[in-house]
Amino acid sequence: MTNLPRRTVLAGALATPALMTRAADAAAPLKVGFVYVAPIGKAGWTYQHELGRLALQAKLGDKVKTSYVANVSEGADAERVIRQMASDGNGLIFTTSFGFMNPTIKVAASFPKVKFEHCTGYKRRVNVATYSARFYEGRYLAGLVAGHMSKKGVIGYVAAFPIPEVVQGINATLLGARKANPNIKIKVVWTSSWFDPGKDREAADTLISQGADVLMNHTDSPTTVQVGEEKGVWTTGYDSDMSMYGPKTCLTSTTMIWDQYYIKRANMVLDGTWKSTDTWGGVGSGMIRMAPLNKAVPASVAKELETATSDIAAGRLKPFVGPVLNQAGKVAIPSGQALTDQQILSMNWFAQGVEGKL
Amino acid sequence: MADLVLILSILVATMRAAAPLLFAGLGELVAERSGVLNLGVEGMMLVGAAVGFAAHAVTGSFVLGLLAAILAGAAMAALFALLTLRLLANQVATGLALTIFGVGLSALIGLPWAGVPATGLPAALWPGLAHDSPALQQVLLLLDPLVWLAFAAVVAVDWFLRRSRTGLALRAVGESAEVAHALGTKVLRIRFLAVLFGGAMAGLAGADLSLAYTPMWVENMTAGRGWIALALVVFSTWKPWWLTAGALLFGFVTIAQFQAEAFGLSFSPDLLATLPYLATIVVLVLISRDATRLRLAAPAALGKPFRPSD
Repeated sequence: MTNLPRRTVLAGALATPALMTRAADAAAPLKVGFVYVAPIGKAGWTYQHELGRLALQAKLGDKVKTSYVANVSEGADAERVIRQMASDGNGLIFTTSFGFMNPTIKVAASFPKVKFEHCTGYKRRVNVATYSARFYEGRYLAGLVAGHMSKKGVIGYVAAFPIPEVVQGINATLLGARKANPNIKIKVVWTSSWFDPGKDREAADTLISQGADVLMNHTDSPTTVQVGEEKGVWTTGYDSDMSMYGPKTCLTSTTMIWDQYYIKRANMVLDGTWKSTDTWGGVGSGMIRMAPLNKAVPASVAKELETATSDIAAGRLKPFVGPVLNQAGKVAIPSGQALTDQQILSMNWFAQGVEGKL
Repeated sequence: MADLVLILSILVATMRAAAPLLFAGLGELVAERSGVLNLGVEGMMLVGAAVGFAAHAVTGSFVLGLLAAILAGAAMAALFALLTLRLLANQVATGLALTIFGVGLSALIGLPWAGVPATGLPAALWPGLAHDSPALQQVLLLLDPLVWLAFAAVVAVDWFLRRSRTGLALRAVGESAEVAHALGTKVLRIRFLAVLFGGAMAGLAGADLSLAYTPMWVENMTAGRGWIALALVVFSTWKPWWLTAGALLFGFVTIAQFQAEAFGLSFSPDLLATLPYLATIVVLVLISRDATRLRLAAPAALGKPFRPSD
């Protein structure tokens, strides 16, 4: 290196960006990067995004070249990884955790030509789009099944933090379950941690000892489903199909399917129609899908689930429709009205029938 | 009847939550009584959890899984002992490095097994129990052999430290390595074995998590329990029975918090999470208030390196 004439080095450095642009204009594949918050594993939030990446690669073949960085912690490290991805020539970058929001916006400002897609955030720019799924639609459907399967009328809910996304899920579960059993209630226990299998186990044990006979969780470990299997208590999974952790007792799972979205957005970059948008998909657009039902679920319940699923997909059924009372017995959703997206996004109250404090 | 089941299930859940803390805490307690402060408990636990899970997945044997975890924890501790006892590296810095190393190493070892479903260690001491047994017996289903082992270990360690000749020598080394050395005690050998025991127990604590309590391997699954164990050792003023009380208290606080929440009462879970650390600080303040008590409680040579003079 030291032997090279300085001018050559400089010329090389100057020429590189130009060469890269030209290469990108030609048939070179679009590089698509994914930033994951956790290890991929065999199931879970990050695993579903990885399935989306693989689907994208399989569908578009050599038109795209995908890569990922897993287990990126939210914070300063995220910005470094995203910046690295952008400088590596990725034309489209998906950052798949809420905590990547500010780093994504920051890096996007210095790479105006690169398109960014941030999952579950609310900040956008001309080159940053956001996307998320209506997780609560899946919760409503899981609640419907849980309500039918519960004999004691008590659902136990292991939840991480009282943020709107979790609160929506709990209320939707209750409203779904009440379609099956109008007196059912939900006991909520907060673990104050997205990821602490030990705490999930303690919370699940507690809920069982207090009479819950269906367990659900909004944390990132499959522990709740495992505890249900160990103690012969029904569970429903979240993120991925969790039936492998509870082959006998996991009733169904609310799963997130990002495949079509990733393919669509990559195609848009390829044909130059990409724009910064805000997507909130659900059962209708296939972003939320219920995993295959446990054999123990009666055919009548399966039929009802199928009807409710297609009603939600067609927009005929909205989970948050009044009359719904809050814990204090006041009207939270007036009769016949549906909550607006804005009201759903800022949900900070529990419906009557939920036992737990916000 | 329903109340009895509830009380019993709280008790059982408390014991289960305490077991990994007891294993890790007892190991560290013995190491510290010999005068060595090993802050690498969290790292050794993680490596034990990953290796234990992997060994069980490969061989299908719980016993081999536990043994592998014990050996892995001891191997990590041996590395620590080599650096601090032989090469006289700073114990605090080396211990912290061991934890960071353990986090990464366990992630690497556990990679092929991340998220693989597994069935937990069966409650082998309760033959004939099944899911359709009466409620009272079902509660006992939760007690796996490791919980019994953890409490047996308390009795054994307490006896060893107070009644055995080797235990006396170990305590002497922890109080004053120079004096013990002058009396012909093999200071470095005893410290090495004590550190090794600490590692083995931390490995076992990790395996308790990955094979029994939450049967799976995922990165960082100990979620800070190694640090809580360390705090409990100070809280216990280096006495096994107080350590047990601390571990049970900590387990109970967590379980009681969930029970209260499910009943509709509310506490701040964040405040509760700080309790073991707060209690440790309070104990530290109390025992350092006068020099005599501090001297009686803490091993006098804790954290001080020893170089044999001849």
